[in-house]
Amino acid sequence: MSFLKVENLTAFYGSSQALFGVDLSVDEGEVVALMGRNGMGKSTTVKAICRLIRSKGVLTLGGDNLHGLPSFKVARIGVGLVPEGRRCFADLTVRENLLAAAKSGPWTLSRVGELFPRLGERSEQRARSLSGGEQQMLAIGRALMTNPRLLILDEATEGLAPLMRQEIWDAIRHLKQETGVAILLIDKSVRELSAISDRAVILERGKTVWTGAIEDLTADVTAKYVGV
Amino acid sequence: MSAILIIEQILNGLQFGVMLFLMAAGLTLIFGVMGLINLAHGSLYMVGAFAAAAVAGWTGSFLLGLAAALAAAALAGAIIEMVVIRRLYSAAHLDQVLATFALILIFSEGTRWVFGSFPLFLDIPEALSGPVTLPGGIQYPLYRLALIAIGLAVAVGLWALIERTRIGIQIRAGENDREMIGALGVDISKLYTLVFALGAGLAGLSGALVGAIQSVQVGMGEPVLILAFVVIVIGGIGSIRGAFVGALLVGLTDTLGGVFLPELFAVFMETSAAQKSGSALASMSIYILMGLVLIWRPTGLFGARI
Repeated sequence: MSFLKVENLTAFYGSSQALFGVDLSVDEGEVVALMGRNGMGKSTTVKAICRLIRSKGVLTLGGDNLHGLPSFKVARIGVGLVPEGRRCFADLTVRENLLAAAKSGPWTLSRVGELFPRLGERSEQRARSLSGGEQQMLAIGRALMTNPRLLILDEATEGLAPLMRQEIWDAIRHLKQETGVAILLIDKSVRELSAISDRAVILERGKTVWTGAIEDLTADVTAKYVGV
Repeated sequence: MSAILIIEQILNGLQFGVMLFLMAAGLTLIFGVMGLINLAHGSLYMVGAFAAAAVAGWTGSFLLGLAAALAAAALAGAIIEMVVIRRLYSAAHLDQVLATFALILIFSEGTRWVFGSFPLFLDIPEALSGPVTLPGGIQYPLYRLALIAIGLAVAVGLWALIERTRIGIQIRAGENDREMIGALGVDISKLYTLVFALGAGLAGLSGALVGAIQSVQVGMGEPVLILAFVVIVIGGIGSIRGAFVGALLVGLTDTLGGVFLPELFAVFMETSAAQKSGSALASMSIYILMGLVLIWRPTGLFGARI
């Protein structure tokens, strides 16, 4: 059985419908790419999973129904969110950002410091003074500190310099190989997603239109739905 | 004008300032973290004073009275947060003002109903009554010195709580991005109840401490509330450090202005006119101070820069 199961998920922003039937699953230890053009419902799906917006349809994690849970409980049962736009706590230091929502488990301050040495060096610096790439690392580290079973990365390399991007991808690859945490990835780079993911799910107009193993994701499919 | 008088008045100003800080700290924390304007904060000050007067009168112990003040105000705070305030976080500020104004009326009439309209008296404990002689031969009431010490100790404790503990980190994270701290697994509504109860408890404590040098009566909280608002506007809304500095500034300005402005005016005016205009200006002085600070720094001394 899938660890995260999303079936026929619908959601509204006010009176306008944003999701029209998203189907998506992530198994334990699996890396799934959630793809689609801008505005097709990727981030909305993430928000629905994290219970930041209301939705309808099947939404379970490890067999627990997520509907009716407040967002903090979704986090507590194992969803670590790295949100779009990073959203680090700007006035807090790096260390405080990491400790804010820490839960006991294998991920600790020192282990995050090993994954991202830059964060270890800047532990007493305020998040607002970090570069974009460092803030991204902080957002990932912060999510890891909750010791999640499912890590959701929403546009984790957006707007970063190539070198930074590479560091982030290396870190994600490390997480996949060394920790076995399930990962749901949203990103613009089809090439990078293809290199790291096991499966892909493509959304179009708030609906799942393609799902399959990453090997089956042909250039035709990406050209049609992702626009590359 | 003697040095003794000046030192005495500075101590009075400090004492007033630290008590204002206890009020303002909760107010600024609640505004900074939850974005809520709580007019009923003065009611919690009153609740603390009444609880202290009642329990101290009943048991004869001032310390138990203080504990009761802290507990009663924190409990009242937690209850109103869960029953009323919680529904107001996403509401417009004007709605918050209206609803918390209603709470003032409910608390005031409720207190009148339970305790009657006559003021209660809370005696200064035996051990702290009477004057002490400070270096330089200044005689000063021991209780007021104790108030200064308690206020400073609470300020340090609050600073440590906010800056050095996990709860403090979460409170500050919530100030930055409340949705995000929730999405990371922190129960925001519990945190908010806690912050509100903490602020309420501090207001209650200051009500009880001040209640022993003034009378304990319905409506005692509102004048202090207005001053506490001036304090947090000067200090920068949401900043505990700002509340501390603002409270001392307001306490000192108000106290020293009231004493020295009439004397200053008497230098170039006839005594009775100086007395009148001096005290008129003194009662305006904190608002003038607020105006000047806002011209210089529109978000207050320690407020977030826009």
